[in-house]
Amino acid sequence: MKRARVAYAGAIHHAVEFNGRLKLNDGRMVSENEVVWLPPIEPRTVFALGLNYADHANELAFKAPTEPVVFLKGPNTFVGHNAQTRRPSDVAYMHYECELAVVIGKKARNVKREEAYNYVEGYTVANDYALRDYLENYYRPNLRVKNRDTCTPIGPWLVDAEDVPDPMNLTLRTYVNGKITQEGTTSDMIFSIPDLIEYLSGFMTLDKGDVILTGTPKGSIDTAVGDEVVTEIEGIGRLVNTIVSDEAFSIAGSET
Amino acid sequence: MKKATGQLCGSRQTAEFYVNPADGTAILDHNHHSLKDLPWDIPVSGTIYGTALNYKGALAALGESVNEPPYQAPPKAPILYIKPANTIISCGMPIPLPEDITEVEIGAALGIVIGRTAVRVDEEQAESYIAGYTVVNDVSIPHESVYRPAVMQKCRDGFCPVGPWVIDRKAVTNPDDLNVRVFINGELKQSNNTNNLIRPVSRLISDVTEFMTLNAGDVLLVGVPENAPLAKKGDIVRIEIDEVGVLENHIASEKELVKEAVR
Repeated sequence: MKRARVAYAGAIHHAVEFNGRLKLNDGRMVSENEVVWLPPIEPRTVFALGLNYADHANELAFKAPTEPVVFLKGPNTFVGHNAQTRRPSDVAYMHYECELAVVIGKKARNVKREEAYNYVEGYTVANDYALRDYLENYYRPNLRVKNRDTCTPIGPWLVDAEDVPDPMNLTLRTYVNGKITQEGTTSDMIFSIPDLIEYLSGFMTLDKGDVILTGTPKGSIDTAVGDEVVTEIEGIGRLVNTIVSDEAFSIAGSET
Repeated sequence: MKKATGQLCGSRQTAEFYVNPADGTAILDHNHHSLKDLPWDIPVSGTIYGTALNYKGALAALGESVNEPPYQAPPKAPILYIKPANTIISCGMPIPLPEDITEVEIGAALGIVIGRTAVRVDEEQAESYIAGYTVVNDVSIPHESVYRPAVMQKCRDGFCPVGPWVIDRKAVTNPDDLNVRVFINGELKQSNNTNNLIRPVSRLISDVTEFMTLNAGDVLLVGVPENAPLAKKGDIVRIEIDEVGVLENHIASEKELVKEAVR
C-alpha cells in the first residue's frame, strides 16, 4: 500500500493510493493535483547519512568512511511533494541529493542486521539539499548546510515495506527540468539498510516514525532558481520540487 | 520566588509554580515542596538544539588547531547539533551509563525555551521570542574531535536531562550574566558564567533563525563551558544556574536500568 498525508478542503488527511488517485480516510476520492502534499510522516528523529555511496565519496574527494557519517535533522527542514525550496541569493553551489528514506516501524534497540528489516515500516523518497557554500569543518555537515527551512523535500508516498521486496536493489534518478542528471542504485550503498539499523540501534533506541535518509550516489549538480528537480526511486515514488529565490520570501528586491 | 511553568507526571496540564531557583523549592497550590518531592516530567515539548564551541574558553581550548586540518579555519556560523527524543529525560531520572563507558562529560547548559515561531529574527527583537529558560544537562561521551557530528557520543538514551521547570523570561534579570555551576556528589566541580558566551542569547537566536525556524517549545542551548566535569556510575550530578533553577540526576548503569525496567 502507498500512503500519504495531504491537506484537502480545510483539513489534514491520511490517504492511500487508489487507481492513480487518492482515497482520503473519510472516503473521498480526489486527484493528485487537488491536494497539498505533506511529508508522509510527521518527522521525529531523522538521521541522514553523508558519503554513503562510494562513487559520491570519490566525487567529493573523500575516502569511503569506515564508520557511518551520521547527522540529524530537525522538523523545520521538511516539506512535501510539489513544494518550493529556497535558494539564498548568496550561494554559488546548492545541489540536490536523491535518497531512499527508511521509516522505522517499531522500537528498536540492539537489533542485529539479520533482524533489521522486521523494524522497517516502509520507504519514501527524500531530496536532501546541501548548500555547499556554508560548509565548515565543525560537526560537518552542520545544520546551516543541511537543516535549512524547506531544504528537505520528502514523499510523496510512504510505501509499505512488504511491497518493496529488495530495497537494496532500486534505481535512483534525478531529473532537472526534465533532463536526467543523476543515476545510481541502492546496491552501491557502503552501509546497507540492515547495517545502518544495527549501527544506530546499537547505541540508541530508535522509535516508530524515526527516519533514516540513506545517502546519495554521484551526480549531484548545482541547481538554479526556477529549476524543477525531480528525485525518483524505482517502485517508491517521484518527488517533485521547485527552486525559488529569496524574493519569494520577501527577503531581497521586494522592499515594500 | 519567581514564576515558572512545568509538567508533573500524571497530568497533561501545564503546572504553574512559584519557585526558588537557588534551592529548587517550589510552591504549588500554596504548598511548599522540595525539589525531590515533586514528580517532575519533561517541561518542554519541541526539538532541542545544542550549540558547540559557544563559550570563549571552549573555543580557546582548541587553540591553534582551529587553523590546522581538519578544521582549517575558526568557525564562522553557529555550530549546532540536535539532542533527539530518546535522549530527553526529566529532573530526578537516572542518566543511563552505557555498558562499555566508564565516565561521561557533564554539559551544563542554559536552555532558551522558544515562545513563538521565530524566523529571521533581529537581535533587537530576539528577547520577545523567548518564553523562558531551563537547565539542561547536555551529556556526552568524551570526544576530542569536533570534525564530524557526534551522534554516537551525544545521542545515547537519557543523555539530555531537562528541567525541572521553565522559568518565565521576565523573571531573569540578564540571561547573559548568569553563574553556571556543576556539583558532583555535593562537591563543586565547575563554575562559569554566561557572560563568557561568544554569541550571547539574543545574537544566537538571530544567527540561528537566519537559516532555520525555531518553533514554540523548541529549546536552544547556549553552549557548554570548557573543562566539562566527568561523572561515573553512582554519582549525583547537580547543575545550578542563577535565577533559572537546579537540575539533579544520578548516573546509573544502563544494563541495570533496563533489567529493572525503570525506563
